[in-house]
Amino acid sequence: MSAIRTAAMPALARVPGVAIVLVVLLVLFGLTGPRFLTAANIANILIQSTVLILLALPMTLIVMTEGLDLSIGAVLTLGSIALAMTVIATGSPALGVIAGLAVGLGFGIANGALVALLRIPPFIATLGTLGIAQGLCLVVTDGQSVVGIPAAIERVYSGTLLAVPLPIVIAAVAYAAVHLLLYRTRFGTAVFALGGNREALRLAGVPDRLMLIAVYALGGLMAGFGALLMTARMNAAHPTAGIGLEFDAIAAVAVGGTSFERGNGWLLGTLLGVIAVGVLRNGLNLLAVPSSAQVACIGALVILALFIDAVRSRP
Amino acid sequence: MTLAADSRRGAVLSQDLLQAVYRLLAAALICAGLALASDAFLTLGNILNVLRQTALLFLMASGLTLVILTAGLDLSVGANIGLSACLAASVIQATGWASLGVACGIGCGALIGLANGALVAWLRIPSFIATYGMMWMLTGMTYYYMAGETIHGFPLGFRQFGSGYLLGIPIPVYVMVFFLALGTLFAQRTVWGQQIYALGANAEAARLSGVPTGRRLLLVYAFSGAMAGLASLIILARINSAEGDIGENLTLPAIAAALIGGTSLFGGSGTVSGTLIGALILTLVVNGMNLLQINASWQPLATGLIILVAVGIDMQTRRTNT
Repeated sequence: MSAIRTAAMPALARVPGVAIVLVVLLVLFGLTGPRFLTAANIANILIQSTVLILLALPMTLIVMTEGLDLSIGAVLTLGSIALAMTVIATGSPALGVIAGLAVGLGFGIANGALVALLRIPPFIATLGTLGIAQGLCLVVTDGQSVVGIPAAIERVYSGTLLAVPLPIVIAAVAYAAVHLLLYRTRFGTAVFALGGNREALRLAGVPDRLMLIAVYALGGLMAGFGALLMTARMNAAHPTAGIGLEFDAIAAVAVGGTSFERGNGWLLGTLLGVIAVGVLRNGLNLLAVPSSAQVACIGALVILALFIDAVRSRP
Repeated sequence: MTLAADSRRGAVLSQDLLQAVYRLLAAALICAGLALASDAFLTLGNILNVLRQTALLFLMASGLTLVILTAGLDLSVGANIGLSACLAASVIQATGWASLGVACGIGCGALIGLANGALVAWLRIPSFIATYGMMWMLTGMTYYYMAGETIHGFPLGFRQFGSGYLLGIPIPVYVMVFFLALGTLFAQRTVWGQQIYALGANAEAARLSGVPTGRRLLLVYAFSGAMAGLASLIILARINSAEGDIGENLTLPAIAAALIGGTSLFGGSGTVSGTLIGALILTLVVNGMNLLQINASWQPLATGLIILVAVGIDMQTRRTNT
């Protein structure tokens, strides 16, 4: 009986959780106003969720290794600033994008090294790098926005490919790539084992520390791509733009049913979780609920998700 | 057997003492450096200011120290301070009774701590994620409640609590000394305190030897919350106004103070008095940056680096000891 229950866990116990949340939210907001369930608004939600998808995908992998990356929002912001400043200084969008990605990757590798090599608990290591990245954002810009970015960057957000908005294309490609990485490669198998049974991984001769660094590096790299989307969206870089984004990403992962201590993860759940967070924010926006109350709602949602996860996983 | 245990205890104690001496030396070095670099450092006003800031940071970090001793973490300290301060401020404003505000601030903090404790102890949610969710919920509630307003102007008696002096020494310093003594006595000399160390060193072993782990965890988180509430009152009394962002950027320094003070993130090792030294070192660094007119933007960066260095040292000493 319990074996059947365990085997059925991923399919039965998780799909409903996040799906129910999403359906409840859609119905709720659909009932409260005519503006919510329109094609334009749904498209809006999806496009606005793209930055979050880029962060939540690697966050899922990080959480699966029993880790956490609190620095990802600040790293995205710093990447955005590096991108903007490089583009303005050199006039080359390509160099700018490379600068943004380099900042992201650098911080990701640093996080990974702190966690995997120095064995610092992930939440404290990334809390430290969060402080460093946030400080650098303010120091480099002196607290001012970086403006005057060429139109080529802005087109990444407003452009289309075969009538599909570019941000959606980027998010879809990112999802497909991370999906393949997680479910079709040795790296993905290692990610599952890093959370579930790290010792077995080491005994099997897999370079577990290198794999762990790679997981955090992926997070940093995706934050670099997120920086590109964010900069394109605002047509500027602002030193506090991405603050708190890590929370939305962690919320999406939690709501999506990835467990924070048992190495179980579900990428599609995270995607639905991102949409749920996007729907919640958008719906509350339409109801003119201040963003502070939105944050409180998402906080409550996370605690609710953790609560349900804890109750379900009880023997 | 007892003799061996006693001598081992002696060794551990002297090692703790050695660590404390190292940290005090570091603090003295920073002091010497600052005294050379800035004429303003060794003035009475500045020294009292450093003491006052140290006291405040210590109060925030002392409850947190007990949480870290149980191998947990409370990321909601700053947000707790924010909500407690704002609620206490509006109670004082509405009723004119400072004592009611004090009760409200400490009570609110303790309740939040209890909620954290329930999530961690009963639902077994990892503390960093439970308190992280709590942090954002409280932050949102505070901003929503304040709606951008500022509450200011409190009774003079209440403000003495944060900015007053007794015998030339700031009143928060007395509060600090009181809680230093209380915390040290509780942790080192009571059964409950020893149970908290045992719980942090090995939760399963502690449970099997009869420690009511759930209730001790609840107590520790509630205490951390209550201390945040108390700290919020001192901040309120000091700056004489409350805004939604009053607790922002306070969690990182509080955690840093505990970690610099030698409390191990892995639980079971550390002292409340160590946290005082940690708070002093961090305050000196920030004070020095202010005196040397270094842009305040560098402060989160410096705090982040200090946390990583402190934990890195902790990791190294643990590795060489085992």
